[in-house]
Amino acid sequence: MTAIKSRVSPETLVKIFTTATKIKLYDETYRATIRAGKIGGMYYPVGGQEIIPSSIGEVLNPDDYVLTIYRGIHDMIAKGVPLTTLTAEFFGRVTGSCKGKGGPMHVTDVAHGLILTTGVVGSGMPIGVGVALSAKLRKSGQVAIVNFGDGASNIGAFHEALNLASLWELPVVFVCQNNQYAEYTAYSLGTSVDSIAKRGASYTMRSVRVDGNDAEAMYEAASSAVEHARKGEGPTLIEAMTYRFFGHAIGDSMGYMPKDEMAAARAADPVTRLRTNLIESGALTEDAAAQLEADIKAEIDEAFEFAISSPLPDPSDSTTDVYAEGVAL
Amino acid sequence: MTAQVSTPETEPQAERVRNQVQAINEALDIALGLDDTVFELGEDIQDPSGGGFGVHKGLSTKYGLERVRPTPISEQAIMGAAIGAAITGMRPVAEIMLMNFMAVSADQLINHAAKLRYMSGGQTHVPITVRTATGGGGGFGAQHSDMLEGPLVHTPGLKVVVPSTPADAKGLLLTSIFDDDPVVFIEMHHLYFSVSGHVPEGDYRIPLGKARIARTGSDVTLVSWGRQVHDCLAVAENLAADGIDAEVLDLRSLVPLDAEALMSSVAKTRRAVIVHEAVRRNGFGAELAATISEELFGQLAAPVRRVAATNTPVPYSPPLEQAHLPSRADLEATVRGLF
Repeated sequence: MTAIKSRVSPETLVKIFTTATKIKLYDETYRATIRAGKIGGMYYPVGGQEIIPSSIGEVLNPDDYVLTIYRGIHDMIAKGVPLTTLTAEFFGRVTGSCKGKGGPMHVTDVAHGLILTTGVVGSGMPIGVGVALSAKLRKSGQVAIVNFGDGASNIGAFHEALNLASLWELPVVFVCQNNQYAEYTAYSLGTSVDSIAKRGASYTMRSVRVDGNDAEAMYEAASSAVEHARKGEGPTLIEAMTYRFFGHAIGDSMGYMPKDEMAAARAADPVTRLRTNLIESGALTEDAAAQLEADIKAEIDEAFEFAISSPLPDPSDSTTDVYAEGVAL
Repeated sequence: MTAQVSTPETEPQAERVRNQVQAINEALDIALGLDDTVFELGEDIQDPSGGGFGVHKGLSTKYGLERVRPTPISEQAIMGAAIGAAITGMRPVAEIMLMNFMAVSADQLINHAAKLRYMSGGQTHVPITVRTATGGGGGFGAQHSDMLEGPLVHTPGLKVVVPSTPADAKGLLLTSIFDDDPVVFIEMHHLYFSVSGHVPEGDYRIPLGKARIARTGSDVTLVSWGRQVHDCLAVAENLAADGIDAEVLDLRSLVPLDAEALMSSVAKTRRAVIVHEAVRRNGFGAELAATISEELFGQLAAPVRRVAATNTPVPYSPPLEQAHLPSRADLEATVRGLF
């Protein structure tokens, strides 16, 4: 699809493309590194969902908060968490963001506003309410973005959190990244409503369903939601439609995902689509795009090198950070 | 304790006799007054009732509904909101009306509050205080009476406090609120109005992890917390009449545990009986008994004994509930059996 008249500035779209490319190439590199047997552990691929956080990232301030889930590397990268410490954390290295104590499902990087990653589906939403409450009580002007999947909207905590956020008019944006699968189960097998955005009405919450793979639509939705939040006009629920290209976790055979559905989704790869649009609209040349991709790939390779060559934690560190210093275990 | 309250003008050293509800109310009032990052959230905590037991009476009027914040009946949201606020600079004091309802919010408490400092490598911490009331003997039945300190002390990252006196309730609560770790503060509601005593004025704090010797003795150590401390004291008087001199150790906080006080008392008396209201199986008493046996095996004059509730849900009908709960008679018989 050729952009006829861009509603979002070309500069912003190039930035979104840059972040999305970083996520896409990082995800590819991570999967390749596992396949090559260089690292073990779990990995929850994000390929296909790059545009959502890349667009949100362009409307956030550095001190705004992001909360994400185990499938969250895209949200982490888009918030500006350095690839070096992020990768080292995934690899369990002492140089990781959390000194190797968190791992892929529990990354925190306070300095870059990544305040929580949870490995428990649906748990981030109540905590996001508290983060936003804190911002409101401190009058800091900060906004909290809470990311989760379509499956998480079936958990009670989702409903408790939306009710409270709406009741207290908190500066929080709930971003449901609807990739149409809750782990290994299709949306329709687990969800009684045809759109998660409709659930916002139960809590008189501003709610919007948007094509999360369309950078302009996603940017506009995020921009509006964050603006409302910052002005004290309360929360928004964004249902960002997307698709998961590589199944639930690394090694997923994806037998439950129809092949034609997958083929169509991959043919409409959102990062490729944005790249094409930017080149066709003249915002980016083919050479510039290729250079950008090469630079990003080099940065990613460097981060993986850093992580692989970093030392593992000292076993004695397993007993620290349980309590404040000086408290006996 | 006498119920006489003297005016400070005439007798500055006079006892300030308060019950536990009043003591907790004082602590909350002082904490809210001291620090703008302290706020309360919970069900029904606003005036005029100020909570189911009146613990918050006057506080929402004094500090406003922004800081004494009523919530819907949403335990996951209450706990989650407290955690989110805590990792971003606030000191929330959350109330989970009754301890059994903590099971509803367990994901937030056990998977998040307890673990975030660790999982983040120390970048975030969760200075929340979760106050909750519970206890048997009230005829509330199985879903409103449980003592669930066992699973909490079994969760690294949490601190667990159970006060037995009004003064301890005040001093331990103020310390808990200003502690940088998540503290579950268990209030045995039987004690809310039944026990009064002197409560020091002002910002009075008692450190966590410091047990209190409630009665000094030389023949046996009765180890307990909360309501059962009073049972131990009463039984100790009966035993004294027969020449058995019991020491009563009130642990006050289970995590951190004052292992030093525990070991030095049992090393002295060479006998220990642990009393708790939670069910016996896998109760904290089992952990204490094991620790005492490991540390003092050769010095003990008798096996370490436990007196606890039977391994059933808390029954409703009074004779059933009494049969379930640990009684003073059980305790007394157990102690006598050691000699």
